[in-house]
Amino acid sequence: MASSRLVAPELGSIEIQGTTRQAFLIRATLAAGATVGAMSATPFISKALAQEGGGDVNILNYALTLEYLESDFYTKAAKQVKGLSSYENKLTAELRDNELAHVDALTATIKDLGGKPAAKPMFAYGKAFASRASYLKLANTLEDTGVSAYNGAAGSIKSVEVLAAAGSIVQIEARHAAMIRLVRGKAPAPVAFDPLSDMEAVLAKIKPLIAS
Amino acid sequence: MSIATPEGHTVTDSALRELADDPSSRKRFLKMLGGAGAASAFGVVLAACGEEKKDASGSAAAAPSSSSDNANDLKIVNYALTLEYIEARFYREVGESGLIKDKAVLQIAKRFGESEQAHVDALKATARALGGRPVSAPKTNFGPTLDKGLKHVLETAATVENLGAAAYLGQAGKIKSKEILASALQIHSVEARHAAALNILVGRGFGNGKGGLEGALPDGAFGKPMSMAAVLAAVKPFLA
Repeated sequence: MASSRLVAPELGSIEIQGTTRQAFLIRATLAAGATVGAMSATPFISKALAQEGGGDVNILNYALTLEYLESDFYTKAAKQVKGLSSYENKLTAELRDNELAHVDALTATIKDLGGKPAAKPMFAYGKAFASRASYLKLANTLEDTGVSAYNGAAGSIKSVEVLAAAGSIVQIEARHAAMIRLVRGKAPAPVAFDPLSDMEAVLAKIKPLIAS
Repeated sequence: MSIATPEGHTVTDSALRELADDPSSRKRFLKMLGGAGAASAFGVVLAACGEEKKDASGSAAAAPSSSSDNANDLKIVNYALTLEYIEARFYREVGESGLIKDKAVLQIAKRFGESEQAHVDALKATARALGGRPVSAPKTNFGPTLDKGLKHVLETAATVENLGAAAYLGQAGKIKSKEILASALQIHSVEARHAAALNILVGRGFGNGKGGLEGALPDGAFGKPMSMAAVLAAVKPFLA
């Protein structure tokens, strides 16, 4: 990835090792977030999920893989990042516990629907945990991407119950995003609507990044 | 004016300063507001629902959905519009009250209020695109709230934003149009961001996970929806 083309280069530092379709989709989601901005990956996600087919279980497995990533991220951050304030340590633990609860809930929902929960990929985060600032920056981008991912996926969900579950999770991702942004000194809600970018432009931009 | 935060004033002040000063987010925001809503996310809704509605025969411009679906979506849009009117009005009166002396805090109230007004404008346009009439703004009375002073005012804003997030979540499964659902979710997550930020800024912390509309994460790991009836009852004290 040529970093000059990336608006959120920190997303490019995440490695995901896994061969499930969901692992591929999450890789592509991060690539879209890195290129067009974490809050603007939505059109790509909705289009990708529409092309994928496979119904609600497939979408839930996509969400599960995202939650695997987030829970793994905070679990490792809690152990590795030095120099956090006591509030930031508390925040990290709270967010980790929330993401782990999302993993459990999504796993149970997939099983309830007769599906098979996706396997957890392996994740690596480059040098993100080397400093407080780089950790919080990646956390910020991941949470914004999470909001964008759920909002983008929601329209493809068939079951009202699954939609309600996704809605109750995305609300928490948005709250996380605001809380992380606040400790970074960033606007917690930078725009009145999460932006929708032109879909063709997004796809054209991410195409070179997805080949793997 | 000082707001208790877990991080102390340095972080809060810098967060608020960024809100006040960040020219890029300001620019993005104004760009979204520009172009009479066409540039906003709801442009998608308008395009999908058909802006040529006014010369259509009067029935279902939003082709794939039935008229009862349309009527139901219109009801939800007008309900959301009512809540956004109340929020936008509240922020405006707080701004005009002179209660907030701190420039940075004033700016956050102004910014959040501008977002609520953008939601009002978008929802009005959506109601029209559905072939309906946007409801008019309810008569509000924030006097008693404002009389109780700044701390109470900001706590009220935090509570109302939690209420707003719960209200949108309560309707998500009921919206028939995919375009309106997508747009409602885009607002829902912004309400949630406002709610979390305000709750932290007024020192309410994460919340106890038992609901009650207090705290940055009042319901724990899963947001809880509220019904239309419960939300309307909760905003009643603010109505004249």
